[in-house]
Amino acid sequence: MTEPRDSNVTLDRDHISDRLAAAGYIADRDIATALWLMDFLKRPLLLEGEAGVGKTEVAKALAAVHGAELIRLQCYEGLDQNAALYEWNYQRQLLAIKTREGIGENADAIEEHIFSERYLLERPLLAAIRREKRPVLLIDEVDRADEEFEAFLLELLSDFQVSIPELGTIKATAIPRVVLTSNGTRELSDALRRRCLYHYVDFPEVDREAKIILTRTPGIDTALALQVARMVAAVRKEDLRKVPGVAETLDWAATLAGLGVHDLRQEPEAVHETMLCLLKTHEDRARLTREVSDRLLGKVA
Amino acid sequence: MSVAAISHPDTLIGEPMREKLAGFARTLRDNGFKIGLAETRDALSVLAGPRGTRAATLKSALRALFCATHSDWERFDEIFDAYWQGRHMRQARMLASAPRGGQARARRLGDAGPQQGETGLPDRTERRSDGESDMAGDGRGRREGASSAENLATVDMRHIVDPADVARTHALAARLARVMRARLVRREQVRRRGRRLDLRRTIHRNVSHGGTLVDLAWRRRKLKPLRLVLLLDASGSMSMYTAFFVRFLHGVVDAFREAEAFVFHTRLAHVSASLRDRDVARAVDKLSLMAQGIGGGTRIGESLATFNRWHARRVINSRTAVMIVSDGYDTGEAEKLGEEMRRLRRRCRRIVWLNPLIGWRDYTPAARGMQAALPYVDLFAPAHNLASLAALEPYLARI
Repeated sequence: MTEPRDSNVTLDRDHISDRLAAAGYIADRDIATALWLMDFLKRPLLLEGEAGVGKTEVAKALAAVHGAELIRLQCYEGLDQNAALYEWNYQRQLLAIKTREGIGENADAIEEHIFSERYLLERPLLAAIRREKRPVLLIDEVDRADEEFEAFLLELLSDFQVSIPELGTIKATAIPRVVLTSNGTRELSDALRRRCLYHYVDFPEVDREAKIILTRTPGIDTALALQVARMVAAVRKEDLRKVPGVAETLDWAATLAGLGVHDLRQEPEAVHETMLCLLKTHEDRARLTREVSDRLLGKVA
Repeated sequence: MSVAAISHPDTLIGEPMREKLAGFARTLRDNGFKIGLAETRDALSVLAGPRGTRAATLKSALRALFCATHSDWERFDEIFDAYWQGRHMRQARMLASAPRGGQARARRLGDAGPQQGETGLPDRTERRSDGESDMAGDGRGRREGASSAENLATVDMRHIVDPADVARTHALAARLARVMRARLVRREQVRRRGRRLDLRRTIHRNVSHGGTLVDLAWRRRKLKPLRLVLLLDASGSMSMYTAFFVRFLHGVVDAFREAEAFVFHTRLAHVSASLRDRDVARAVDKLSLMAQGIGGGTRIGESLATFNRWHARRVINSRTAVMIVSDGYDTGEAEKLGEEMRRLRRRCRRIVWLNPLIGWRDYTPAARGMQAALPYVDLFAPAHNLASLAALEPYLARI
């Protein structure tokens, strides 16, 4: 896929799945349809799922598919418009006031000057609606933001314009493709859910995870990738506090490949020792004893 | 929705197909999906679109469009397959044989828990105005009952038997719950004071001073109200107190902006939704029925495990106080209870354990379950009468 891409062009569904594959994203069947539908119906896409299932990756893949810029807004509790939308460059404003006062300009003119485009700092949301080419806007972990922010977001997502009191209303030059992700730490409002297309991202099935390992870990052979994927699937079924995500799987696969392990069955010791790539709390570490890891190994390999 | 309502300019779609789709939307709506006109219209344009005729695409497209929550997502395939077995969509039947991978199923969000959000919580503002009118309505009665209420407040709930007294006790409990909330909110407003400079406003104001910051604008930190999560033990040993606490639960859920309630004996049930019933008596009745233990003892540890696993992540945030009302007689393993308490402790801000037995003379927390739980409890307090509950209020306000 080397043809030049114009992110303003909407793509056919088959094109999308081809390009997803070309971008190195191993998609499940439904996600390509959802991504196509985003363009077709012009709705944002809401992705839900456990931490570490690769929700953010979907947005990155979408950006790659359309050859678009990815603009990311990470949400957190207390996120406000200043951090999400725009901010004035106060230092420069103060400087400008001082210098202009020196040449004897009056206050109104100064005010007009310092509240102009030059002193405006774009934050992700404003940046997303002012691009020439349609960017992909990733609003990550929207459930962490407050309800007030969610309401504001809803408004932005339906009108694609914002008003800055000092400057006036700014309309979107190109409507961004919007992807929202949520970990389910808080219930999102029905209004936001209704506005969006919905896709539940699950942990990948063994085959798909093996494929992901193969594409992302250089120098790993198919048999090992499959073993690792099976093993991780088994670990996920254990009662853990923090279930390992795809990123952890990749870390583990890379570690095993680096150690020169070719068959998990042959080296149960190495398997147990390197499992700290998967387990991120002391509690889980204590729970997955050597016996448990051997048992899992016996089951999957 | 009638078929006419989703008339679409695209004439490619025949009337039977349109009818079929409307029927599908209706079926989903009957199953608790929240589908509006816009979604149905979009579905039609998908159908008319380039890929609409392909069953594989149609199913996942409609799923993305019609689902709004994970529970919708889980049920969609089944409903879809059941519905589109007709002559218009023969390919759908073939699809039905490809269920999604079953691994890690148990881990999914809210899977085993009760259907969340399905029941459609009433709008917040609505609820509050309802509460206010409630208060206005019985305002007179409240003043009247004040002196005898004080009396009732110190009597152990076990000894209140007269139906009229019972009713008044319940009213008192509801009022108490409201008072607690009201004080909390007021306190928050007193604390509002500028902490950070609001630079934008400051610069605006001081342009005329030549940029010298004379007149400062402050930004106030907005404090958020406390969230309360209540876990009520409804086992046999608590039966004398259950009715009273159910009433208290109702009061709390009604009054707090953010409150969640759970009832457990051998199992844990999420009851916030049934508590939000406008009809107080009906809500309390409904819940009292649910709360009636079927015997078999109390499994506090297991109930807490269910809570930790399925509900904690959604209902607990950093401003949450968890209130457990139980006598601590656990028929499960004490170790399990201790372990689950430890997990819970890490998640929430404070744990309050109310134990009606403390009010009894010569009580010592000897029950093994209670012993295991105590190290993780921030406040261990009696709850055998209204006065003991009222004594909690200053503590909650400080959290």
